[in-house]
Amino acid sequence: MRKFSSILVANRGEIAVRVLKTAGALGYRTIAVYSDADADALHVSLADEAVNIGPGPSAQSYLNADAIIAAALATGAGAVHPGYGFLSENAGFAAACQDAGLVFIGPSPTAIEVMGDKAEAKRRMIAAGVPCVPGYQGQEQSDAVLISEAEKLGFPIMVKAAAGGGGRGMRLVHGARDLPDALHSARAEARAAFGSDTLILEKAVQHPRHVEVQVFADSQGTTLHLAERDCSVQRRHQKVIEEAPCPVMTPDLRAAMGKAATDAARAINYCGAGTVEFLLDRDGAFYFLEMNTRLQVEHPVTEMVTGLDLVAMQIDVAQGRPLTFAQDDIAVRGHAIEARLYAEDAEEGFLPRTGTMDVWHPAAGDGLRVDSGIQSGSTVSPFYDPMLAKVIAWGPDRDTARARLITALRDTVAFGCMTNRRFLMDVLDHPQFADGSATTGFIGDHLETLLQGSARDGVAEAAMAAVLRYQADRDAAQRASLPMPDELLNWSSGGALCSRYVYAHLGVEHDLLVTASGPGSYGVQAGDRWVDIATENTAPNHATMRVDGARIVVHVLADHDAGISLAIDGRVIRFDNLIARDAPDAETQATGQVLAPMHGAVTAVFVTKGERVKVGQRLAVLEAMKMQHDIVAEIAGTLTTTHVAAGDTVAANALMFEIDA
Amino acid sequence: MGYKSRLDTSSESFAENRADMLALWDQCQALKQRAVAVSEKRRARFEERGQLTPRERLMRLLDPGMPFLELYGLANYLCDGKDRDTSVPGASALAGIGYVSGTRCMIYVDDSGINAGASTQMTIQKIQACLDAASRHKLPFVHLVESAGADLMQYQIELWAQGGRIFNTLARLSAEGIPTIAVLHGPATAGGAYMPGLSDYVISVRGRGRASLGGAALVRAATGEISDEEELAGTDMHAQVSGLVEYTARDDADAIRQARRLVGALDWNRHCRLGAPHPGGAPDAVPPVYSPDELAGLVPVDYRKPYDVREVVARIVDGSDFIDFKPDYGVSTVCLQARIFGTSCGILGNNGPIDPDGATKAAQFLQLCDQSGISAIFLSNTTGYMVGKAYERAGMIKHGSKMIQAVSNIRVPRITLYIGASFGAGNYGMCGYGNDPDFLFSWPNAMSGVMGGEQAALTMDQVARTGAERRGIAVDEDMLAKQKARLIAHFDGQSDAFYSSGRMLDQGIIDPRDTRRVLGFALATCAEARARDLNPNSFGVARL
Repeated sequence: MRKFSSILVANRGEIAVRVLKTAGALGYRTIAVYSDADADALHVSLADEAVNIGPGPSAQSYLNADAIIAAALATGAGAVHPGYGFLSENAGFAAACQDAGLVFIGPSPTAIEVMGDKAEAKRRMIAAGVPCVPGYQGQEQSDAVLISEAEKLGFPIMVKAAAGGGGRGMRLVHGARDLPDALHSARAEARAAFGSDTLILEKAVQHPRHVEVQVFADSQGTTLHLAERDCSVQRRHQKVIEEAPCPVMTPDLRAAMGKAATDAARAINYCGAGTVEFLLDRDGAFYFLEMNTRLQVEHPVTEMVTGLDLVAMQIDVAQGRPLTFAQDDIAVRGHAIEARLYAEDAEEGFLPRTGTMDVWHPAAGDGLRVDSGIQSGSTVSPFYDPMLAKVIAWGPDRDTARARLITALRDTVAFGCMTNRRFLMDVLDHPQFADGSATTGFIGDHLETLLQGSARDGVAEAAMAAVLRYQADRDAAQRASLPMPDELLNWSSGGALCSRYVYAHLGVEHDLLVTASGPGSYGVQAGDRWVDIATENTAPNHATMRVDGARIVVHVLADHDAGISLAIDGRVIRFDNLIARDAPDAETQATGQVLAPMHGAVTAVFVTKGERVKVGQRLAVLEAMKMQHDIVAEIAGTLTTTHVAAGDTVAANALMFEIDA
Repeated sequence: MGYKSRLDTSSESFAENRADMLALWDQCQALKQRAVAVSEKRRARFEERGQLTPRERLMRLLDPGMPFLELYGLANYLCDGKDRDTSVPGASALAGIGYVSGTRCMIYVDDSGINAGASTQMTIQKIQACLDAASRHKLPFVHLVESAGADLMQYQIELWAQGGRIFNTLARLSAEGIPTIAVLHGPATAGGAYMPGLSDYVISVRGRGRASLGGAALVRAATGEISDEEELAGTDMHAQVSGLVEYTARDDADAIRQARRLVGALDWNRHCRLGAPHPGGAPDAVPPVYSPDELAGLVPVDYRKPYDVREVVARIVDGSDFIDFKPDYGVSTVCLQARIFGTSCGILGNNGPIDPDGATKAAQFLQLCDQSGISAIFLSNTTGYMVGKAYERAGMIKHGSKMIQAVSNIRVPRITLYIGASFGAGNYGMCGYGNDPDFLFSWPNAMSGVMGGEQAALTMDQVARTGAERRGIAVDEDMLAKQKARLIAHFDGQSDAFYSSGRMLDQGIIDPRDTRRVLGFALATCAEARARDLNPNSFGVARL
């Protein structure tokens, strides 16, 4: 008999989708919650029921514990799965669920609380014999004490927020001179982010790997580990690429780290899925970093190498069932790598991007898994984490997994919102990542080369865009025409005719003349360059082309006459069309020149020179044909010139006012 | 079951023929390139004024990648008092049938890069022929106007008189229910002003498009009035005051964009009843088994060398497959039934002069085409009807006349290609210029005329000798040799395709390798026209 038969998923995006799928498959009635911004989100459509819990900002929705518990009670939910992020590591929320008679699918509030306080956690780990980075996690927080403790540890050191996570409130300090400033700024950041400015100090481990062990405990006291994940490829402490197993793992090290991780979990009577994060030094020494008392973003790589479903296990354990296998039953098979696809502009300092994902077709294939919370037409709102999807590839060995993941990223069709896809592919392709030697310093050390890989001059791409546009124009004309045989396409009896396209990309104009030289084969004159292009096949969002002989697979999103976006090897290039062939009249640019719409007499003028005017503000009245016409400002600004006065007669198109924006 | 070709594409003669034919085609392209180069010299001037060149306007107007059949590309060649090395063909205009917004249209573009678009000797004929073709094939007429009008320095009274027919035809087109669109990219002055005046729609570029009966210079000379061109003739004036202009445009590109939208808005394809299998090409139409590319090497440039015209047809028709009508009767006149892009058609060809049997065979075949409404295609390559006692007695005149009668009176579309010799009455029998076929093109090797130069010279030589004999005087051999050379030069100078195409005795010279496409395009144009219902009115649409 189940303790609960329905599960409310208190999250959004890909993790909500992922949890809902397993819960639904296991026969649970599923309930989604959503904010106003997510009304049309994928996770909402996947649940049996969905409840609106408030406006877009997460503080008023996904972080609103009362609203979520109310939704659970209203829908008769038996359990709450918190996913990751939001309220997943909020001990108060876990306790509130229990108080409301709901099963919280996760560890006890106490366990969450202990691990949520870095200083307390570290003290407990030291007591349990788990290796920790030498450091200071005392209650005494004065600058003087912290400085003297730092000197005892020896530089470089890490300053961290005791309550922290996600890199906030974290500082690497190389010498005593920089410490006071670091303490102050870390305190301020910690206070803002976590409401507590308690700091801890740790000896900095230079160029470590980030290796974490997945642990799982049932309520009967069995605690196992499901091997490790290597998440060394990070940018500013945010994981970018995760894999299992760790490329430098040995059976002995795995046993040692696994024991340390399970010891850590047992020390706090842990129950459910958890992750114990370690820093792994070059010499094989490892140190406890922190424990995440929830499902991790990167849990799929563990699932793919162990064949287990961690969400199903979480639910089973929450039902009070024991784990059905022992440590020795767990084997790591093959290799899995995950890449986090973000809506961000890698070249612009990884600035988050928002908008609409017009077209989203994730790649599919052997060993591939894509966990995403979006679909074509989804809105990427500014309210939440800009992660769009996780693309995970498994292979019998690391190189196969890596190659599959690069291909999967390339073949994923994503148009409308800029993503970090090209950057991910460049990381995966980098020799240092390829040989498995990347440490946490990898991205920082190679950022420039990684971003350079994606830069091109754009001429060949513009030529491809022009050819694709040419074909689309031609095919549209052929559809509109009376039946016309294909043999006549691209043909003129009077010698080749060419079609001109002018595209702009990042401020660079490409003037392109497309000349057909045979079926599916074109020459494109781009300034003083000539590009030969042959199209092998074209589908609405996809084409295979030979560009000066090189075969290129390109994803296409044409925006009618406004422009065209191409994705080549994961890099999206947007071209604006500067010579629209058939576009409706471009909206007349609002201008500061106010012209008389017709011949008439000015009966009133309401403004004077030098005055500030607003858009739509009435400037004058023109009487013509016994009708009164309001003359209004099309732009806001300062009225610099008045050419008319009441009583004047003006001709059509005469300049009446000038506004300086 | 297709035709079995006996052509040896690896033979020396094939290579030789191909080299000769392609050299002629290159010559044709070089001639047209001459006009392009002249016009292109003015590019800087156009760009300075924010204009597109006429050729760019044409390319912008056309749907990319849709077919374009150029018409009269060589018009005015050798009509401008210059020689073969300097004469500029094209009559200062680019014209053809092409697609605008998916609509088959007649397009006429003033090439204002050449002598500011001023009329040449053949310009009026060229636009007239295009207007006539628009009427015949029910094609919307789009004219991109920028012309200095008639060159007063070259004034000829007959050109002025003929010019009136252009406006008459524009008026008729409007009444027939065929829309005419004029885009004013530049001036349309004096007679030219009636071009927009008689067009159903006028789009004009602000600051560039102008229309007035007299330009500022003429007005001042006539009345003493001093006027500003914009006030007198400008786009805004015509759009706001006179009402001559319907739509104003920012620039050339904007004007062409508006023209494309207008043509699209005609929804012209809605008016066409085309049943299956559609004439434009049945979906299951198969290309010829033998490549049309081989046409370049198949035909000897010298028309005196014989070959089987079936080899030509095998490189034009679907599946290289045809039905040979009466193959054992009148054998030198070949009548075949075949399909081009799925459209059934009758094809007449010549394997030599037409004899009485050939003439009756052809006349019967044409009547059969007419009976079933099947288009007739004439691949003209004949030195004429047979002469001599036996042939006269067999009724060569009578049968030849019946053939010409059939050619003239069949009601189906007729498309003629001069592919070799087209001499004498043979030209008439094979639906030459005088029969006013729906389409008429030449291969670059084509020769036409009353007879070959050599034959004319020999004939005159014989006449002189017979006369001298009758009068009993000695023949002046030296004089005869000179006369012969002069005659050959006189005839051959006028009989080659470049010369006759310059005089618009055909619609242009085509690449032999394009024959299937040209015929397919022409057939579809005729078929669409015949399937189209127009909404005629009595007086044309009035701009009130």
